[in-house]
This record gives sequence, structure tokens and C-alpha cells, in this order.
Amino acid sequence: MLELKNISKGFVDFCLRDVSFVVERGDYFILLGESGAGKSMVLESVAGLVKVDSGEILLNGRDITKEIIQKRKIGMVFQDHAIFPHLSVEENIAYSLHGTKFTREEKREKVKAIANELGIGELLARKPATLSGGELQRVALGRTLIQQPAILLLDEPLSSLDTRLKSDLRRLLRAIHRKGQTILHVTHDYEEAISLGTKIAVIHQGTIVQSGSPLEVFNHPKSEFVAHFTGAKNFFPAKLVTDNQGKFACIHESIQVRIVTDLPDGDGFILIRGEDILLSVLPAETSATNNFTGKVTEIVLNTFGVDVTIDAGIELHVLITRESLEKLGLETGKTCWVHFKASAGRFIGK
Amino acid sequence: MNRFSYIQLAFLVLGSLVLLFILAPLTGMFLNTTAGQVFETAKEQEVRKSIWLTIYTSLAGTLVFSLAAIPLAYLLARKQFPMKKLVTGIIDLPVVIPHSAAGIALLGFVSRESVLGKMGSAVGLNFVGHPAGIAIAMAFVSIPYLINASRDGFAGVPERLEKAALTLGASPFRVFFTISLPLAWRNILSGLILMFARGMSEFGAVIVVAYHPMITPVLIYERFGAFGLKYARPVSVLFILISLALFIVLRWVAKEKNSEIVK
Repeated sequence: MLELKNISKGFVDFCLRDVSFVVERGDYFILLGESGAGKSMVLESVAGLVKVDSGEILLNGRDITKEIIQKRKIGMVFQDHAIFPHLSVEENIAYSLHGTKFTREEKREKVKAIANELGIGELLARKPATLSGGELQRVALGRTLIQQPAILLLDEPLSSLDTRLKSDLRRLLRAIHRKGQTILHVTHDYEEAISLGTKIAVIHQGTIVQSGSPLEVFNHPKSEFVAHFTGAKNFFPAKLVTDNQGKFACIHESIQVRIVTDLPDGDGFILIRGEDILLSVLPAETSATNNFTGKVTEIVLNTFGVDVTIDAGIELHVLITRESLEKLGLETGKTCWVHFKASAGRFIGK
Repeated sequence: MNRFSYIQLAFLVLGSLVLLFILAPLTGMFLNTTAGQVFETAKEQEVRKSIWLTIYTSLAGTLVFSLAAIPLAYLLARKQFPMKKLVTGIIDLPVVIPHSAAGIALLGFVSRESVLGKMGSAVGLNFVGHPAGIAIAMAFVSIPYLINASRDGFAGVPERLEKAALTLGASPFRVFFTISLPLAWRNILSGLILMFARGMSEFGAVIVVAYHPMITPVLIYERFGAFGLKYARPVSVLFILISLALFIVLRWVAKEKNSEIVK
């Protein structure tokens, strides 16, 4: 278990203020924030690369706030992988085994086992300069995992990969997590957070503004910043199914949303941005494939416009302008229709 | 064809003049010396001894002083400390002061009356007029080259790689020897070669500390003083040829080794 208590750190133009959160054993904890929000700084504080001004960091009950880096038992995968360019893949992965009780043969076996698990068993003799970004990422993971860290820190591990490699690596990270590895993962991408996290904390200007399960954070954002940043209030667990007309996301029996995607069928989440939903007070013929009817349950004004909540079997948030609100004469309890195109729905695989 | 601008033409002419300025005196000296003369000189015991002495004193000075110079270069590349600019300035001092003056300063430093001299005497070593004194004089004037090259090398090693090694449980000691040093090695090696070369060509500081035994630059000077230009030429040509051959081989070996690391 990793616990941060009121971590603060000041810099010339930036600071962390009272950052506190708990990563339980077995969590896949996502720290979500914009670039410059202080996410990486938090990771570096945990790893010991930067010294904090005040606060405490506890790992499995042990105070490691002032512990030197090499004694922390924390594995960190850097954003740019930080693979040693002069060593082979095998030497990179074996780096932390130096000075352990294992014999040379045992070390080789361990390296081989972990490399095979990560799908880089064939690359052991290669030099890093000949590897692709995705391969380097796996070497970095192998090099860190071989020391069986109490917690694995990942700094934007997917940001440098293209879409196809991203989903491969997500699957790999999920597999590592399933084996019981506790993970603290930093990202600016809410899709990553939804797809991987068992817990999410949102960080903004050096402060944690909200934390909880992905459903809690995305469906009940506590502040406008979180709502705007996560950008997806309409967020539901769903199953992707293919029929003769294409793909649809089944939220439950009666609620099915047509979407455009090339993902394979399976469990995941559907996101529909509130800005992409049209609202009408009369049944309308539109080109939209997804049409639902329901009652207005709440109308909230915010800086971006008006957030209208409609109960259509699922709770849908629709973002409209104040002009539209007046034109349509919307009020709580009124029946209305919602429409959105198949392309407005976004499915995120699990 | 691209239009050739006048400024490029002017620069080309000026550049050629500089090259000519370097090559003309050397070529003149080579043309004024026959292969037979060089060959005869190479057979002289005195010449061979001096060339050998020059090579090994410079090599010894380079290697011994590198043990402290490389760690210093690492500190300069990685740490911020008060008066760092002053320290950097001190390191460049041997390059800017007249080398005969450096020799005078060193003579006071290593003579029998000095602390170092007394320490040497205790183990029967007199630096003045001894190869050890020559090595010290050579190292004094050439050590900035090694420190500066090594510092650039260490500065070019991403600090994140060192931090990554620390998170993998390596001690700072191991990080230095397995990460920082190998990755900065190209620059360090180039600094070592430069320091060695500069040491071999040193004259001013060495002649003050040790006229005898005679290193080749001193021998050339003595032959010029005693017998004139004609007698100083063959040994000059011979020493230049040997130095050139040595550095071409060293550079080549260094290049081979480094391209291996990068692969």
C-alpha cells in the first residue's frame, strides 16, 4: 500500500499543494491531469527523484519520504523509457539483478522468462537503437518488473505509441495488473483512465481535485474542471455487439446505442459527449440513428452553457446554449427527445 | 548550378590561406629533409631514447592524472556549487599562462625544498631532472583538455538514465561505472588522446623542470642551438611523423571501439 500524506513541493513557477491519496495493494490507480498539472512530479516524489518540501510518503507502512532512491523498492517506467543505449536488451533487463543471490544461470532464466512474458524473448541480444518504440516500452517494463517492485510507477506509458500498439500495451498492462501488481499510472488521457483504472484521481494545478472509481469520477464530477476535463459525462459500462446492421453498444436490454467502431465485440464503456446530443421538444425526423425519449430531471447553468439531464432509461447529460434553453422552453419534468449520430458514440474496450 | 555568392568565394579564399599558412612551413621542412637523413637520425641512440621518453612520460602523466581529472569532470557536469565559474576558470589557467612561467611555478612546487619534493626525497625520488618531473610538467599544461572533454561527455549523458539506474537499485558508485562512464567514454577517450598529444608536444614547462633527461622537443631545441637549423630538421621531421602515426592509430582505434558501443 502506498500512501501520500499532504505532499507539498514548491518550484519557481509551479507547486504541488497538499497532495494526498492512497493506493491500496492490487489497485490500478490512475492519476489523471493536463500536462503541467504536476502528475509527473508526484511520481518523481514517490520514486525519490525529487525531494518533497513537506508531507509523508508511506510504502506498506514504512516511511520512505527521506529514503534514498535505490532503497525504495519502487519500480518506475519513464515516459521516454530511459533504456541504457550501450547495453543489450538482456543486459538492460538484468541490470537490477546485480549483487543478488542468484547465480548467472538463474539470472539468465529470470530474464528469459520475463522477456517471453512480455513478448520480447527474441530481442534479448539486440541493442536498443535497433528497437521500435513499442519494443523499448516492453524492455523498460521488463527491466522494472524483474525486481518485483512493491509498486509500479508508469509515466504516460502509452503517449508515444500509435493506436494499434496502444491497445496491445493496454492489454499487457491489464495482464500485469491481474497478476497482482499494484500500479500507479500517470496520464492526461481520460480514455486510458477509463480503460485501465480501478481508481482515478484527478490532479489540477498541483492539487488532487477528485478521486474515486472511474464511474464516480466520470459520472459525478465534483467540479466544473473535472467535468470539462473528463469531457464525458455520458459514460456507461456497455457490451459491444455486432448485428447485421453494424455495431451497437448494449447498455442494458432496452438501451442500445448504434456506434461506428472497428473494435472487436466485448465489454467496455461507451462515451457520448453532451455537446454531440441534439434535443427537441417534439418528435423530429433527423438523420441521427440514435433516438430516445425521456423527461428532464435537472437543469444546471454553467460557464460552458446549460447542462440538461434527461432520464431516458439511462441518465443523459445534454449540453445546450442558453438561447436554446429559452427557445425550447425546457423545464424539469417536461418530456423531450434526444438524437445523436452513430459517430457521436465512442466505445472504449476493456 | 547554384549561384555562388561572393561572400562564399571570399571565405573560400581566406580559408585556403589559413590552410596554406599551416601546411607551407611543414611542407618546406619536409622538402628540405631527405629520407636518408631521417633514417640516419632514427638510428641514433640519443634520438630514440628521447622519443621513447617523450611518449611514456606523457602517457604516464595522462593516465595518472586522469584518475582525478575524470571524477572532477563528472562533478563539474552534474553538480551546481558556489563559485563553479571560478573553478572552471582555474581549470583553464594552464592554457592561458606562458608555459615557461608554468615551468618556473612547477619547479618551486616539486624542488627538494617543497613539501612534494620532501615527500619524493623520502622515497628516493627527485622530481627535478627526473621523468616523474617531466610527466608532472606535461600533465600540468595538458590536463584542461581532458577535463573539458570529459565534462562535455558527462553533460551529454541524460541524467534520467542515471536516475533510472538508481530506481533499479544500483548504488551511485555502480551507476557511475556502468552508466555514466561508458556513455561519456567517447568524449573521455578523445580528451585522453588530446591530453597525451598536448603533453608530448610540450617544451616550455618541461625544459625548466628537466633539461635532462631530454625529451624530443628539448632535443630539437638543443640541436638547433648547438648545430643550427639543418641539424634540427631531421629529428623534427621524425618526431612529427611518429606523433602523426600515433594519433592516427589512436583515433582509429577509438572510432572502432565507439561505433561498437553505439551499435
